[in-house]
Amino acid sequence: MTTTIDPPERRETAADKLRQGRHAISERWHHAPRWVRWVLLVAVIAFFYALPNKEFYQYLGPIPTPGANFTQVMFTVSIYVLLAVGLNIVVGFAGLLDLGYFGFFAVGAYTVAVLTSPSSDLKTLWPWLAVVAIAIGLTMVSGVMLGTPTLRLRGDYLALVTLGFAEMIRIAAVSSEFLKGQRGFNQIPHPPGQYADGRPWFGVLDARPYYWLVLTLIILVVIGVRNLTHSRVGRAWISIREDEDAAQLMGVPTFKFKLWAFASGAAIAGLAGALFAGKQNFVNSQNFELLNSIIILAAVIFGGSGNIVGAIVGGGLVAYMIERFRGIELFGIELYEYRFLFFGLVLVVMMIFRPQGLIPNRRRAAEFKDRRKEVIVGE
Amino acid sequence: MLLEIEDVSLLYGRIQALHGISLTVDEGEIVALIGANGAGKSTTMRAISGIRPVASGTIKFAGEDITKLRADLRVRRGLCQAPEGRGIFPGMTVLENLDMGAYTRRDKAGIAQDLARVLDLFPRLAERRKQAGGTLSGGEQQMLAVGRALMSRPKLLLLDEPSMGLAPMLIQQIFTIITEINQQGTTILLVEQNAQQALARAHRAYVLETGRIVKSGTGADLLHDPSVKEAYLGVA
Ligand SMILES: Nc1ncnc2c1ncn2[C@@H]1O[C@H](COP(=O)(O)OP(=O)(O)OP(=O)(O)O)[C@@H](O)[C@H]1O
Ligand SMILES: [Mg+2]
Repeated sequence: MTTTIDPPERRETAADKLRQGRHAISERWHHAPRWVRWVLLVAVIAFFYALPNKEFYQYLGPIPTPGANFTQVMFTVSIYVLLAVGLNIVVGFAGLLDLGYFGFFAVGAYTVAVLTSPSSDLKTLWPWLAVVAIAIGLTMVSGVMLGTPTLRLRGDYLALVTLGFAEMIRIAAVSSEFLKGQRGFNQIPHPPGQYADGRPWFGVLDARPYYWLVLTLIILVVIGVRNLTHSRVGRAWISIREDEDAAQLMGVPTFKFKLWAFASGAAIAGLAGALFAGKQNFVNSQNFELLNSIIILAAVIFGGSGNIVGAIVGGGLVAYMIERFRGIELFGIELYEYRFLFFGLVLVVMMIFRPQGLIPNRRRAAEFKDRRKEVIVGE
Repeated sequence: MLLEIEDVSLLYGRIQALHGISLTVDEGEIVALIGANGAGKSTTMRAISGIRPVASGTIKFAGEDITKLRADLRVRRGLCQAPEGRGIFPGMTVLENLDMGAYTRRDKAGIAQDLARVLDLFPRLAERRKQAGGTLSGGEQQMLAVGRALMSRPKLLLLDEPSMGLAPMLIQQIFTIITEINQQGTTILLVEQNAQQALARAHRAYVLETGRIVKSGTGADLLHDPSVKEAYLGVA
């Protein structure tokens, strides 16, 4: 006997409206003529180049942070965006769970510190620019060393090993004599370049040149990553993420491509670490808490892992929101103290209502549906 | 011999799934592998395609010892498996899935030709070419898995239960397609629950029981073998 049951009338919820709105925007975007998209893109980029200028941001209402120098905040935000773009290659494209991504950032920063700072035992005092390539190379090598034994194995080993790696680096930073612990390394040099009047471009006081440098690097990295994802490499990564066995059965050398994703992600973190060390002028063991790894991972997932724009928005929003809480008091409580509580809440809510992230990847959405089906079947 | 497996054993941790099995597949044949659930049919396929390492024994493909060869390199040698069940890429469209099948190839013209052939074999896939693999019906996914494997233009095609979960009509259809593929020159090793059909189509067949080959012969022989009839064909 079969009876048909009419589905109950569903009231349109706010979430539905939001979804439709977002859908409409993305439809518009994809159907807009090429030149419109270019103009918009250029406008957005120009906006972000202009953003750290006081003459500009003072007209932006509530956007500038009340409790901290907005230009400095924007530098931090840009570093997080760069890290999110890098981690997105590892987590989003290749589907590898890296819980210790900040460890590579630390390797980059410490490489610069050890080779350039007068407090270092090495006393090499090399210029910043000469050391950046070494920092990137070393992080890549540490990525390969970490990845080679673990990426052959299936399952959660990588998550554990990366977690251990980041913790190891942190402990080494805290307790090793060579890495100077809390005292740290000072007088790390800045990148080269000076204005006509002889003042250097890069310094501690004005964060704008650093921000512009990072912004430019982000754009270059994004162009590179985009080209990669539209190539055979990108297809291989996606296939590994979606079904590793099937990828192998189609002739994809899965280990090689996982290692590539992991190592290129590491290299980007190394670059970010080198920029950070230069900007801060100082590196010590307090900069590399485990929490940072978690925040970046959360940012990538929050933005919509597997999507470059999602990673940018996720990394930017998360870093910005955390700073935005600074200096805001509610009922005599400084909200900044509770920033991670809010952060956690937002994440939980996101995972319930929008597990694929703010700006999901089309494929990812389908993969999520697919896994949900599996869960139901397995029950 | 295109494929020669000799005395292969395979372990999952401490569980031994294959106990020294030997089988051969000659060029141009359809060879069927039948057996009950858990007999080790899929495991045999995994050993051949290389996604599981074997504990002992040798696997030879076209005269070359591939026992220790990486899975992706075996695909380049001309050995391709359509995995059991939902082994397709759920987030990729039908066309992208098929494209992944040709991952090891660079001959654009040949790929286009094979794509046309696959879409011709499976008109359903042609209709749904832009749909995400994960949203296809079970039967359509099955067709996609077979079509995708064909895209590598394999010398030996390994099919693990291509008829699983299909309606009777479609089962007929998929077996017809298998015969067709074979007549177009592809050698096939076929794992099936549907023993009746598999034995009727196969040149030769092996019966697997708890990790051991217990019987082998021509498809027709096994089809009329009393013990096979009783155990796998559902007739007393
Ligand atoms: N990943 C695994 N880990 C441990 N044991 C496994 C694993 N995969 C399979 N097995 C075991 O190995 C044996 C053979 O499994 P296999 O999948 O090869 O069976 P099969 O003949 O393909 O069965 P079916 O007809 O149900 O597909 C079974 O007892 C199974 O439980
Ligand atoms: Mg099986």
